[in-house]
Amino acid sequence: MSPVLSVRDLRKSFGGIVAVDGVSFEVNDGEILGIIGPNGSGKSTLFNCILGQLQPSGGEVVLDDRPVTGMRPCDLNLLGVSRTFQLLQVFAQLTVRENLILAGQEHQGTMLSRLIGRRDAGLSGAADRMLAFFRLEHLGDEPAGALSYGQQKLLDTAMAFMAGPRLALLDEPAGGVNLTMLANLRDRLRAINSEQRATFVVIEHNMEFVMALCHRILVLAEGRIIAEGDPAAVRRDPKVIEAYLGH
Amino acid sequence: MRASRSAIAWTALAAAGVFLLVAPFLFRPYGIFILTTWAVLTIAAIGLNLTLGYAGQISLAQAAFVGIGAYITAWLTTRGWPFWSTYILAAVACFVIGWALGYPALRVQHHYLAFVTLAFNTLVYLIFRNEEWLTGGIYGITNVPRPDVLGWSMSRPRDFYYFCLAHLVLVSLATWWLIRSPWGRAFVALRENPTRALSLGVDTRRYTLMAFALGAGLGGISGALYAPLVQFIDPTPFALALSLNLLLMVVVGGSGYFFGPFLGAVVAVLLPEWTRFAQSYYLMFYAVLVMALMVFCPSGLLGFADRLLRPTPLKTPAATSDPATGPEAAR
Repeated sequence: MSPVLSVRDLRKSFGGIVAVDGVSFEVNDGEILGIIGPNGSGKSTLFNCILGQLQPSGGEVVLDDRPVTGMRPCDLNLLGVSRTFQLLQVFAQLTVRENLILAGQEHQGTMLSRLIGRRDAGLSGAADRMLAFFRLEHLGDEPAGALSYGQQKLLDTAMAFMAGPRLALLDEPAGGVNLTMLANLRDRLRAINSEQRATFVVIEHNMEFVMALCHRILVLAEGRIIAEGDPAAVRRDPKVIEAYLGH
Repeated sequence: MRASRSAIAWTALAAAGVFLLVAPFLFRPYGIFILTTWAVLTIAAIGLNLTLGYAGQISLAQAAFVGIGAYITAWLTTRGWPFWSTYILAAVACFVIGWALGYPALRVQHHYLAFVTLAFNTLVYLIFRNEEWLTGGIYGITNVPRPDVLGWSMSRPRDFYYFCLAHLVLVSLATWWLIRSPWGRAFVALRENPTRALSLGVDTRRYTLMAFALGAGLGGISGALYAPLVQFIDPTPFALALSLNLLLMVVVGGSGYFFGPFLGAVVAVLLPEWTRFAQSYYLMFYAVLVMALMVFCPSGLLGFADRLLRPTPLKTPAATSDPATGPEAAR
């Protein structure tokens, strides 16, 4: 079976600085792939190049056998690729439910039907189910900005799944989330993965979280992949230890 | 608290509605003229509020669209065209030109965009003033007729006031529908965080252009009513000063609040008249009032009212809330 996502020899340089230096990998259907690496190793730049937020300097991105290199993020999203950002990005002034509806509405109908049709684009039910799934159901009518950081982080992640994506790229979903909320988040992500066979790529600094969640892990350092394998193998890899501890 | 907020809002709305209906019987023709000007310019301010308040795209070109709408209507109706055809043409022409003016907004933002639109306003003003063969130059276009509706002439001030008020109500209802539709939500997303909006499938390019085009189209409608209101048009009213005045209406009323432009237009159109008791100092008096207003309510009159009536936040206050935009934005 062909992979959901293939990244081939992807490069990105900013002037003389090479942030991503010939990265190639594949993500298989239903897989949770973790990407780890020290700060500045090019993880977020890699995400941004895959997702069209940045134009790669070279290489190719293929989604389900279809070349999508440099495609606009909104078009990629409509093809079933969703993402979260490293920094929290919910719409603070919209309610929690409105945030979720927004995250799915562009996948419903046409521009015209979104103007003259239903205000919720037919997504209220889906939004309520997503609220319940992420255990935020009591907060649906609150402005997202009034939620605690951890709750906003859950909402941010929930928004990535509103349109039932084929592939979700999550940039540090556990960053700044407390331990109780973290267990909830890991549990929810695993449930989505098994129930919807959703495929994930997760960038994460929290080793415990990433090791427990991911099926396979890539280690990035200085823009290159230095190790790849299952969590146990990566943890033992001397190159990984060296990259993290710097000796 | 939420229920009492909506009770206050409905009471205020009903009171304003009653006042607007009986007002022509309380005022002399000049008062009715000022009130009609308020209704006409509120339509232009509603357009700018869509572009700026909801979609977050600054525009200093709204006067140009009011002007284009006014000139199209004046030019054609004085040549015998029926009012309604010129009215539709004014709205459509401004929509199309507004769409085209949106393209720079795809490349530049904020004060850079302000300058691009400012240059456009100046360009249109110069065309009005210098292309005498088309616009009559500084002599303008005189004797613009007022329309008939089903054989009923709108030439008396009171009739024309109700005619413009009806337009304001229709435009308000359409805009209310729009901002509560998924489009309104997409506009707010575009204003708050275009990068995140893009990642959620929101075609920010298309919505940006649409925000400009719709705002400009409403500017055109405002102009199409302005020409038969004043019955004589020349380039002066459509200079940059009107764009700044419309911007003032949006900001003073409360940018991103549905009723912001209505209140803002009260301040910008009616307040100068009410301060005439200060005689030759009235404009200075007015300027000081506006300054005081902006110092004490930077989020506009409705932003201020909203702060007074807002329920206590759940946990932490909205970390990213911007004083220049309203939290009621898409509701």
